[in-house]
Amino acid sequence: MNLKTFLRGIHLREEKELAENSAIRKVFPDGEMVYPLSQHIGAPAKPLVKPGDHVLMGQQIAEPGGVISAAICSSVSGTVKTIEPRMTVMGETRDAIVIENDGLYTPVEGFGTKRDYQSLSPEEIRTIIRDAGIVGMGGAGFSTAVKLTPKNAEKIDYLIINGAECEPYLTSDYRLMLERPEELIEGIRVMLRLFPSAHCVIGIEDNKPEAIKLLSDKLAGDSKISVQPLKTKYPQGGERMLIHAITGRDINSTMLPADAGCIVQNVATAIAVYQAVCCSTPLITRVMTISGDAVNTPCNLEVFIGVSHQAVMDAAGGLKGEPEKLLSGGPMMGTALFTLDIPVQKTSASILALSHDPVAANPSTPCIHCGRCVSACPELLVPQMLQVAADHDDFETFEKLHGMECIECGCCTAACPAHRTLTQSCKYGKASVNRLRREAKAAQKS
Amino acid sequence: MNSMLNVSVSPHLRSETGTSSIMRDVAIALLPVCFFGVYNNGYRALIIILICVAAAVLTEFVFEKLVHRPVTIGDFSAVVTGMILAINLPATVPFWMPALGSVFAILIVKQLFGGLGQNFMNPALAARCFLLISFTSQMTNFVYDGVAGATPLAALKAGENVDLLQMFLGTHGGCIGETSVLAILVGAGYLLVRRVISIRIPGLYILSTLVFAVILNLVTGAGMPSGTYLLGQLFGGGLLIGAFFMATDYVTSPITRSGQVIYALLLGFLTALFRVVGKSAEGVSYAIIISNIIVPLIERVTVPKAFGQKRAKKGGVKA
Repeated sequence: MNLKTFLRGIHLREEKELAENSAIRKVFPDGEMVYPLSQHIGAPAKPLVKPGDHVLMGQQIAEPGGVISAAICSSVSGTVKTIEPRMTVMGETRDAIVIENDGLYTPVEGFGTKRDYQSLSPEEIRTIIRDAGIVGMGGAGFSTAVKLTPKNAEKIDYLIINGAECEPYLTSDYRLMLERPEELIEGIRVMLRLFPSAHCVIGIEDNKPEAIKLLSDKLAGDSKISVQPLKTKYPQGGERMLIHAITGRDINSTMLPADAGCIVQNVATAIAVYQAVCCSTPLITRVMTISGDAVNTPCNLEVFIGVSHQAVMDAAGGLKGEPEKLLSGGPMMGTALFTLDIPVQKTSASILALSHDPVAANPSTPCIHCGRCVSACPELLVPQMLQVAADHDDFETFEKLHGMECIECGCCTAACPAHRTLTQSCKYGKASVNRLRREAKAAQKS
Repeated sequence: MNSMLNVSVSPHLRSETGTSSIMRDVAIALLPVCFFGVYNNGYRALIIILICVAAAVLTEFVFEKLVHRPVTIGDFSAVVTGMILAINLPATVPFWMPALGSVFAILIVKQLFGGLGQNFMNPALAARCFLLISFTSQMTNFVYDGVAGATPLAALKAGENVDLLQMFLGTHGGCIGETSVLAILVGAGYLLVRRVISIRIPGLYILSTLVFAVILNLVTGAGMPSGTYLLGQLFGGGLLIGAFFMATDYVTSPITRSGQVIYALLLGFLTALFRVVGKSAEGVSYAIIISNIIVPLIERVTVPKAFGQKRAKKGGVKA
C-alpha cells in the first residue's frame, strides 16, 4: 500500500479493539432534551421557539445567530419547557432550549422525503445544509455551510474526507465507513457538485484495512473519488496534517484550507450532508463511541442530539466500578467531565470512562531538555521553549517562537518523560496572546 | 458514581517512559565500559566507581534534605553522573579524589544551579576538569600492567606507532572507561536501539573531529595524516565515550535539530583543535564543557520555522 503521512507526530496505543467490532445501535431517549444554543464555533444560535410551544422532530428551533454560526433542529417532538442556562460539555453554563420529549417522534412536514441532489443548484444545496444545522462533527463544530462556501469555489481542486480517526478509542467514523459507505459516497457526490474542478480523496489510516478495502471496492472505476491509505500516526486527522499528507501542501494558522485549494470534511459530516440533502433529514442524531476500561460494554451508539450523557451511558450498559476519569472526545484532545448530567451536542464524538487516570498518576518533574517534544510536534515547534515563555507570561517571546501555530494536539505532553503539561502552557499562551490582541484592537478603536 | 472524578486539561495520556527509566537506560549502557574498566585495571577501578556513585547519590540526598527540596535520588541521574565521572578517572587516583569530584559535580555544578535540568555544563565532566586542573599529575598517571606509560593518544602525538587492535579492544593504559572501543560501542548501540539518544550528535561529532583533524594537520604543515593516525584519533582518548555518553547529555546539548548539528560541528572542531594544535594530546572534556556553555546561544539562533511558514512566505501555495 502506498502510505502517505505528515512530519513527526507520535504513535499511541490505539485501544480501538474495545469497540471497533460493535455495530452501530440506535437508542431512543425519553424525558428532557437539552439543546445548548452554543454548540458550534461562532455566534450562539437565536431561538425560534418559546416556552410552551409544541415542536416536531426535525423542526428548526434556532436559527444561525450570525455568519459564523449554525441552526439547531429539534431531534424529538414535544413541548418547549424552558430556555435557560444549562451546564454544557465544556463545563460552562450556556443558554439552552429544553424540550420535553413526548415519545411520539412526530416528524415535521416533508421530513425524510427523498430528493435528487442533481436537480438542485449549488446555492440550494448550501441553503439545505445551513438549515439542517450541520457543523464539523469531528470536534471543531465549524459551520459546514460556511466551509462549503469558499471565495474561490471553482479553484478548489481537493475535497478531502477525514477518515483518519487518529484519536485512541474512537471507532464511530470507522463503523460509519463500514456500515454506511453508500451514504458517505453520496454525501461526497453532493459536495463535489459545489466544486466543479475538485477531486475527492478519502484519507483512512492503515489500522482500518477493512474500511480501506470496502470503500476502494465500492469506488473502483470512479474517476472523481479515491481512497488514500495513511500511515497510522497521531495527529493524522489534524486538518493541516491531513492536507499535507494527501496533497503535499502546507498551510499555517493565518490560512484556510481553501487557500491551498482544499476543503476538508469529516466522515460523519459527509453522511450528515447526504441525510440533509438527499433524505430531507436535518442533523438530529449522531454516532458516539462509548468506550474505556470502566464501561461495561464498549459500543457505538446512534443517539439523538440533546439527550443527556447519563442516558447514553445507561444505554451502553453503564459504568463498571468507579472510573477515575470521564472524557468527552478522545484522550488527546477531549474534555474531562465532572458529571454525566450534560447534553450530547453535535460535536460529541464519544464518552470514555477510564479506571486509571495517567495524569494524576504522573505529576510533572523538572524538564531534562531531552527534545522528545520537538520530535513529536507536528507543527515543528519547540514546545519546551514555548512553555518557558508562556509560564513566565512572556507573550512576546511566545509569539516569536511561533506559539500561535500550535494546534493543541497534545503530542508534546504525551511524549514528555518528565510528564510536563506543555500543551496546557501553549493553550494558555495562545489564549493570552489572543486576549492581548483583542484588548489592543479595542484600545485603538476608543 | 460516588467518588469525585479527576479533571485536567487535555491530553489525558502520559508517556510510559519517565526520567528515571531514561537514566536507568544510560546507567545500563555504561555497564560494559565499567566491567571492562574493572577487568583492565583491577579492583581499584571497581572501588573508584562505587565511591563516585555513592558520593554523588549521597551528596544529592544530603543537599536536598538540607534545603528542604524533594529528594530526587530515585531518578538515577546522580547515579549516571557518578558513573560518568568514574570512567573518566585513571585507576591510580587516591580514593578521596573520586569522592571530592562527585561532591563538586553534584553540589557545585548541579544543585547550586537549580538541580536536575538546570546545570549549565555536564556535571561529571566539569568535575573531571576541576580535578585535572587541580591535581594534574595524579590525574594523568596512567599505569598499565604495573608499568607507567603514555596513552596511545599521547604516543600518537609524539609521532610513535600505535597498535590499533589493542586500542579497539582496550587493553592499554587510560581512564577507566575510555579504553575499549568495543565496550563503548556495545553501550552506545543499546542507547541507540532504546532511542535514548539519536545518532545526530555523536555521529556528526566523530565525523567532524576526523575531518577537522585532517584540515588542521594540513594547515599546520604536518601534511596529510595517515590512516593509522586517523583511526588512532578515533579509537584513542575520550572521543567515542565522550561522543556517545557525554556530548549527548540532554541537559547540556541543544534541543533544536539544527542546533544539534552546529553543536556537534563545534565539538568536532574544538576537539581536533585541542588535539592537533594544543599542547595536550587530549581535548574531549574541554571541548564538551566549552560547547555546553555556548548551547543557550546556539538554541537562540536555531528556533525552526513552524510548519507551513516557509512556503507560505514564498507564496508557493496560492490556490
